[in-house]
Amino acid sequence: MSARDTEPLAIEALNLTKIYGSGNTEVVALNDVTVRVARGEVVALLGPSGAGKSTLLTAVGLINPPTRGRIWIGGELVLEADRARVDLRVFRRRHLGFVFQKANLIPFLSAEENVRIAMEINDVPAREARRRARELLDYLGVGARATNLPAMLSGGQQQRVAVARALANRPSLVLADEPTAALDSQRGRQVMELFRQVAHEQGAGVLVVTHDHRSLDVFDRTLEMEDGVLREGQAAS
Amino acid sequence: MNLAVRDIRQNFGRFALTTVGVGLLLMIVMGMGGIYRGLIADATLLVEAVGADLWLVQGATRGPFAEISRVPATLEDRARSVPGVAAARRFVSHTVQRAFRGRPLRMVVQGLAWPEDAGDWIPLAAGRALRHAHYEMVADRSLGLPLGTEVPLGKDLYRVVGLTQGMVGSGGDGMAFFTVSDAQAIQFDVPGEATRLERASRRARVGGRDLGRLNPLLLERSAGATAEIPALGPPQVSAVMVSLQPGLAAGSVMDTFAAWTDVTVYTRRQQIDLLLSGMVDKARRQLGLFRALLVIISTIIMALIIYTLTLDKIHDIALLKLIGARNRVIIGLILQQALLIGALGYGLAYWLGTFAFPRFPRRVVIEPPDLLLLAGVVAAISVVASLIGIAKALSVEPNKVLS
Ligand SMILES: Nc1ncnc2c1ncn2[C@@H]1O[C@H](COP(=O)(O)OP(=O)(O)OP(=O)(O)O)[C@@H](O)[C@H]1O
Ligand SMILES: [Mg+2]
Repeated sequence: MSARDTEPLAIEALNLTKIYGSGNTEVVALNDVTVRVARGEVVALLGPSGAGKSTLLTAVGLINPPTRGRIWIGGELVLEADRARVDLRVFRRRHLGFVFQKANLIPFLSAEENVRIAMEINDVPAREARRRARELLDYLGVGARATNLPAMLSGGQQQRVAVARALANRPSLVLADEPTAALDSQRGRQVMELFRQVAHEQGAGVLVVTHDHRSLDVFDRTLEMEDGVLREGQAAS
Repeated sequence: MNLAVRDIRQNFGRFALTTVGVGLLLMIVMGMGGIYRGLIADATLLVEAVGADLWLVQGATRGPFAEISRVPATLEDRARSVPGVAAARRFVSHTVQRAFRGRPLRMVVQGLAWPEDAGDWIPLAAGRALRHAHYEMVADRSLGLPLGTEVPLGKDLYRVVGLTQGMVGSGGDGMAFFTVSDAQAIQFDVPGEATRLERASRRARVGGRDLGRLNPLLLERSAGATAEIPALGPPQVSAVMVSLQPGLAAGSVMDTFAAWTDVTVYTRRQQIDLLLSGMVDKARRQLGLFRALLVIISTIIMALIIYTLTLDKIHDIALLKLIGARNRVIIGLILQQALLIGALGYGLAYWLGTFAFPRFPRRVVIEPPDLLLLAGVVAAISVVASLIGIAKALSVEPNKVLS
C-alpha cells in the first residue's frame, strides 16, 4: 500500500444526498454519492448536463451543504448533512481553492490584487501576499499582466489568474468546475496540466469537472456521474 | 487592500454624480442652518449694537421690534430723572419702501437722538457718522447707495455720508440712520393736499368745541403746522432707550420704571428674547422642518445608490464570501463607500457654500458648532444609508457566484 493510505485524504465524502425543492418539484441531484480524492491526486468528474456534477463540487466545496451525508477534508469532519462542524468560511479560506467556468475574478481589482485578496483575507501579511501573488502569476505565465484589470485580459489569461488565486493559500483541495469551457483546446489543456502539476508538486487534491474528453489523459483518475449517481471511470492513463 | 476605493475607481461616474447630488443637498441643509443663524443675528443686531440697558415701550406692548410701540418723546426726560439712569435716548424706527431711480428702495429708517447721539457707535465701513442735524444719512451697503448719493425722501434730499456693512433690520432690509427729526419727517411726510385737508378738519374740530371758540389763538394754531402745536399732537417715538450708570444693578431702576403704568420696561436680554421667540421662532421651525426633510431625502438617495452599487457587485461579494472573506471585509466595503460619499458630499457642500452663501439675499451665518453637528448627522445618515446594502450583501449565499 502506498503512503496515501496513512495520510488523510484531501476529500472523503460519504453517502452524500442532495435534494433540491420538495414535493412535486423535488430533484434528487445527488443520490448517496461517496467520493474520495487523495492528496496529490488529480481527478476528473465527467457526466452529462444535469447529472449533479456542480452539486457535488459545491457540496464538497462547503458552499452548498448536502441534505444527507458527511464530508471530511484533510482528515477533519467539516460537514454532517447541513450541520457545519467547523466555521465553513474560515475553512474555505484556509484549505480550499476554487476555479469556475467564468466570472471568477473581481472586476475592479487587478490580476495581482485578485490573487492578493485571497491571501489578505487569510491574514497573510501584505508584503508576503504581494510577493507570492507575483510569483504565482509569473509561474502561470501572466506575470506581465499583473496590473491589468480582468476586463483587459483574455479568457485564458483570466482563468490562469483564477488558478493563481485558487492556489494562493496553498490549499489542500482545489475544486474546479469546467475551468476550461471558455478556452480553446490548447489553452484548456495548459490549464489542466497546471492542475496536475499543482497536485503532484504541492500535494493538493484536485477535483475538476470537465466535458473536455481530449485532455483526460492529464488526470490520474476519472469519475462519472449520471442522474446523481457516481461511478468510477476507467483509469485515464 | 482597500476594496471600497478600488470599486469606486471603476464606478467613478456614478459615484461622483451621487457625491455631487448629496453635496448639493447638504449645502442646502447647511445653508438653511446658516439662514436661521443669520435671522437671529439680524434680529438681534440692532439691539446688541445700540447697547441700551433698558427699553421703555408703550404700556402692555412688546415693542418696538415685535410690534408697534408709541411713547411720547417726553418720556426721555422722565427717564433721565430716575436715579441711576446715565442717559436716555429716543428710539425711532420704521420701515419704508420708496422708489429710487426706478427701483424699489426698502429700508429701515433708524432715528438717532441727535445731538446726543450722532451714531458714533455704528460700525462704519466707509465715510463718517452724522455731523449735521438734517439731510444726512448713514446707509447700509445692502441698500446699494454709494457715498455721496442724494436720496429724495419725503420733501427733502438726504446725502449718504457713511456706509455700514451688514446692518440690517429683522426683516433683512438694510438700515439707514438719520437724526430723529429727519426720521420722523420721513415717517410722517404727507402730501400737501393731505396736510391741507388735515388742517381744515382739525380747525373744524377745534372750532366745534368751546375750547376753540373761547380761545381764538388755539383755533388759529390748529390750522398751522403740527410741529407747532405740541400740546395737540406730541411727537411720538417708538421707545426710549435707557443706559444705566456703570456698575449699577438694574434692579432698583427697573422697579421704578415698572411702577409707571403707562409704559412697560424690558432689559436688553428680554428684548432679545421677545425678538427671537416672536419673530424668528416660526422661521426657525420652518427651516428646521426643511432641514429634517432634506436630511431624510439625502439618506434615501444615498441608501438607494449604495444599494444599487451593492447589487451591482453582489456577484463579487458572493465570490468574496466563497473564498472565505469575513463579514467585516464585506461590511467595510459598503460602509466605507457610504462614508466616503457622505464625507466628500459634506466637503463639497462646505466648499460650494463658501461661494454660494455670500450671494444669498439674506445673511447666512455658518458656525463651527453647527458644522460639527452636521458632520455628525452626515456620518449617521451614511451609516443608516448603508444598512440595506449591508443587509443585502450579508444575506447573499456564496454559491450565488455560480448562477
Ligand atoms: N438550485 C437548484 N434548485 C433546484 N434544482 C437544482 C438547483 N441546482 C441544480 N438543480 C438540479 O439539480 C440537478 C443537478 O444539477 P447540477 O447543476 O449539479 O448539474 P451538472 O452536472 O453540473 O450539469 P451541467 O453539466 O449542465 O453543469 C439538475 O437536475 C438541476 O436541475
Ligand atoms: Mg454544472
